[in-house]
Amino acid sequence: MTGATIAPAGPDQRAAFHAATFGDALRSEWTKLRSVRSTFWALTVTVVLGIALGAVISAAAAHGYARSSAAGKLSWDPTAVSLDGIGIATLAIAVLGVLCVSSEYSSGMIRTSLIAVPKRGRVLAAKSLVFAAVTFVVGEATSFTAFFAGQALIAGHAPHAALGDPGVARAVVGAGLALTALAVLSVAVGTVLRHPAAAIACMIAVLFVLPGIAQALPDSWRNPVTEFWPTQAGGQLASIHQAAHTLAPWPGFGVMCLFVAIVYAIAWTLLNRRDA
Amino acid sequence: MILGLDAPTQGSVTVGGRRYRDLPAPMREVGALLEAKAVHGGRRARDHLLCLAQSNGIARRRVDEVLGIVGLEGVARRRAKGFSVGMGQRLGIAAALLGDPAVLIFDEPVNGLDPDGIHWVRTLMRELAAEGRTVPVSSHLMSEMALTADHLLVIGKGRLIADTSVDEFVRSSSQQSVHVRSPQAAELAARGREAGATVRAGTGPDVIDITGMDSAEVGRLAAAHGLTLFELTPVRASLEEAFMELTRDSVEYQAAGVTR
Repeated sequence: MTGATIAPAGPDQRAAFHAATFGDALRSEWTKLRSVRSTFWALTVTVVLGIALGAVISAAAAHGYARSSAAGKLSWDPTAVSLDGIGIATLAIAVLGVLCVSSEYSSGMIRTSLIAVPKRGRVLAAKSLVFAAVTFVVGEATSFTAFFAGQALIAGHAPHAALGDPGVARAVVGAGLALTALAVLSVAVGTVLRHPAAAIACMIAVLFVLPGIAQALPDSWRNPVTEFWPTQAGGQLASIHQAAHTLAPWPGFGVMCLFVAIVYAIAWTLLNRRDA
Repeated sequence: MILGLDAPTQGSVTVGGRRYRDLPAPMREVGALLEAKAVHGGRRARDHLLCLAQSNGIARRRVDEVLGIVGLEGVARRRAKGFSVGMGQRLGIAAALLGDPAVLIFDEPVNGLDPDGIHWVRTLMRELAAEGRTVPVSSHLMSEMALTADHLLVIGKGRLIADTSVDEFVRSSSQQSVHVRSPQAAELAARGREAGATVRAGTGPDVIDITGMDSAEVGRLAAAHGLTLFELTPVRASLEEAFMELTRDSVEYQAAGVTR
């Protein structure tokens, strides 16, 4: 059978309508994101962990500063310390990003979504753009708050940073940017894997497990991993002090973005090819 | 496949002359009810419909309108995971109606519904068709189709087996029989056989089923021989029987050892 046709019967007396636009898809994705509870909780966890953990780490590190070695004092990076909490908070963003696609697959909503917007690339683009924008706003707010709270706790116990110091503004903004890149990555991973548990496990592996394993490897293996592992390279944007075997901030962030772009291209291709 | 969710191995489907994917505002032209729960359980009914409406640039007030049409106004702010099968089905139908489309595709719309729900869906589908819309319905429930459909497409093993009206389908593919009750059943049976009909014994000693003659012919035959009739009923095969007869050869998984 080739070319079956379903034709509307009878005259069409309904009002004329406009073609659906990308803006419509964005509005729709925004409604989807704000109307599930997991969004509120994941963003709350991001903000609270990012700020509270950052404060605890800052206070602890500042009190330990006096007892630390000369080398430790040399590599003292109060900006990075105050932003450390965000490193853990990324997990909440990763989970939320993965869920906003894979929960559509697990619930069957994806079929409804793709009927509403059959241009599949548009669904993925709108979803990632909305989630990236939300993450950027929440990420920057968290990162600036964590920075100021951290510096306030460090001051008096150890050298602290000010927003005007060289590289500091870039690092604070960069923490939010790295989080945003991760948000896009997790949406793409959710699209590729479709299964929530698998996608979350994959993100945890990429963020924490694999870099952790690399630490146990011999130097010749560990150093290139530490240098080029996308999520770690991207994190360089949030530090001032550049440790050995790490990339400079912007090249590091570039590696992360390149990695995100590759996974995103795979997600885009698979979404268009696979049956929903 | 019509909606572009699954890719056909061969061929193409167009709706109003265009591939579904190329429709400028698909929900305005085609509404679809797929499996009942293609809904994120954590989302409120109203938000679910709102996000779908927004994706096609449909006004917000239409969401409240369709909630009213399907009778879900009262639970608009409840999350979909608490919905019964019937409520889920209503929500799916509300989504299909959002764009006020000329074509409405219903996939197994009455599965798992209670009698009230089934009646409601059936009436709604008839109304939508009466408004001049095209309403393709897929179902495995033959008795339901007999009550709902005007036109029938039978597909078996991926092939189109029949494309006809429901009445025509039943008439053409089944043998009519006449159910007769008579104190002289044995004699009528003999006369019938002489006239070339097939006669089977019925459920009692005075009951027979005659095929190959219509009820008028049986009546005349009885009168001609002076036989008394207590009951003379033309028996129309049900849609289900007609369907079984037609698809006998094209059923994919036939139960062995069951004779029909």
